Amino acid sequence: MNQISPPLALLAELTHRCPLQCPYCSNPLNLERAGSELTTAEWQRAIDEAAAMGVLQIHFSGGEPTVRRDLEALIRHAHDAGLYTNLITAGVMLDAERIAALVAAGLDHVQLSFQDSEPNGGDRIGGFKGGHEKKLEVARLIRAAGLPLTLNLVVHRQNLHHLEDLIAMAVELDAHRMEIAHVQYYGWAFKNRAALMPTRAQLEAATATVTAARERLKGKVVIDYVVPDYYARRPKSCMGGWGRQFLNISPTGRVLPCHAAESVTTLSFDSVRQRPLGDIWKNSEAFNRYRGTEWMPEPCRSCDRREVDWGGCRCQAFAILGDAGATDPACGLSPFHDQLVRLAETDAAAEPPEFIYRRIGAA
Amino acid sequence: MSEPIVIAEASVPRLARGARLQFDQHRDRWIVQAPERLFVLDPIALEIVQRCDGAASVSAIVNELSGKYNAPRDVILRDVNALLQDFADKGVMTA
Repeated sequence: MNQISPPLALLAELTHRCPLQCPYCSNPLNLERAGSELTTAEWQRAIDEAAAMGVLQIHFSGGEPTVRRDLEALIRHAHDAGLYTNLITAGVMLDAERIAALVAAGLDHVQLSFQDSEPNGGDRIGGFKGGHEKKLEVARLIRAAGLPLTLNLVVHRQNLHHLEDLIAMAVELDAHRMEIAHVQYYGWAFKNRAALMPTRAQLEAATATVTAARERLKGKVVIDYVVPDYYARRPKSCMGGWGRQFLNISPTGRVLPCHAAESVTTLSFDSVRQRPLGDIWKNSEAFNRYRGTEWMPEPCRSCDRREVDWGGCRCQAFAILGDAGATDPACGLSPFHDQLVRLAETDAAAEPPEFIYRRIGAA
Repeated sequence: MSEPIVIAEASVPRLARGARLQFDQHRDRWIVQAPERLFVLDPIALEIVQRCDGAASVSAIVNELSGKYNAPRDVILRDVNALLQDFADKGVMTA
């Protein structure tokens, strides 16, 4: 094993509590309850350990991170430790006063989610009545407070027909950046795959729309675009490689290589309650299991892209094949790639089933 | 919506809100942090970015660097313009 570099970014999932119930939520199916969450002091210690090991950016997420009354204290703590602070929020619990407090605490940037470009779709997909209108109001408050804003726009077969309107909405709300991300199929999204999976034609139309918008909006709004990898030829470089740049701390303190890693039930993950963060990063079995290239099977092992995409996504290999150590079936070189494409095509061709909304006990 | 920024000699550049210049002591390098982005600055980029203080014009920055490195002004101007325009297009620099 080569020398292990420190991570660049920490995703701090403060809670699994959330007023929204998006059926593609990236949280695990088994949601943690409030009583088991890390305390303020435990988070502060984890933030100090992260900064000491070289983390540069912290993303406060959830669940909905603003349900934690200590969010300001944690942002201030991270800011004072020299970290770049980002808030990833559904926004519906924010008002001008709370936003001012977050700014005063040292918040650098906000990512605000929208589920659709209009209230009917937005409230239905998010499972929260009045959510869309509230988000519009909060987006304006965020900009009025001078904070730079990214809109997080998750797209799928039930809102892709509004993609142009979503882009126009981001422009109208004076966002600096938008992340247009096709659903990635883990956890709740995997469970709801048939309700969410677009056809290949829908994907291609979306990609053309994004490409044109990028050209049109160059220098005005940055557009990041994440494609659904079931239709890809090569896998995504998931997290920039397992245990290379990124770590995630779950609401109860488990340290994960990515937010979906707990879906890999063959692994067990250490907690910041029991073990220092730096020790977990460098020495824990879960982080070292798929770090680097030594673990790789063929065709990854001899592939000239092995240090480009790092074998793709371990969670996807586990979800589809039951083996987290297999080549990501999103890769055209995987012997199971055709199987993955058929899953997508079958889902997308059928009528979408009802959503299974994300809530405790629903899975 | 903000209009695209076109960097010219009279522009007075500064880092955009949400972008931060800092020294990454663990990796011994200068970086600009921005939402979900991190730009590693080489020594020339650092010379330019650290002068973008919202007071100095591009012209003044170019004059200073041209003197400091005893290099032709038009060459420096081209480099400075290219870097600042690239950062402006990425939403990291404003003017």
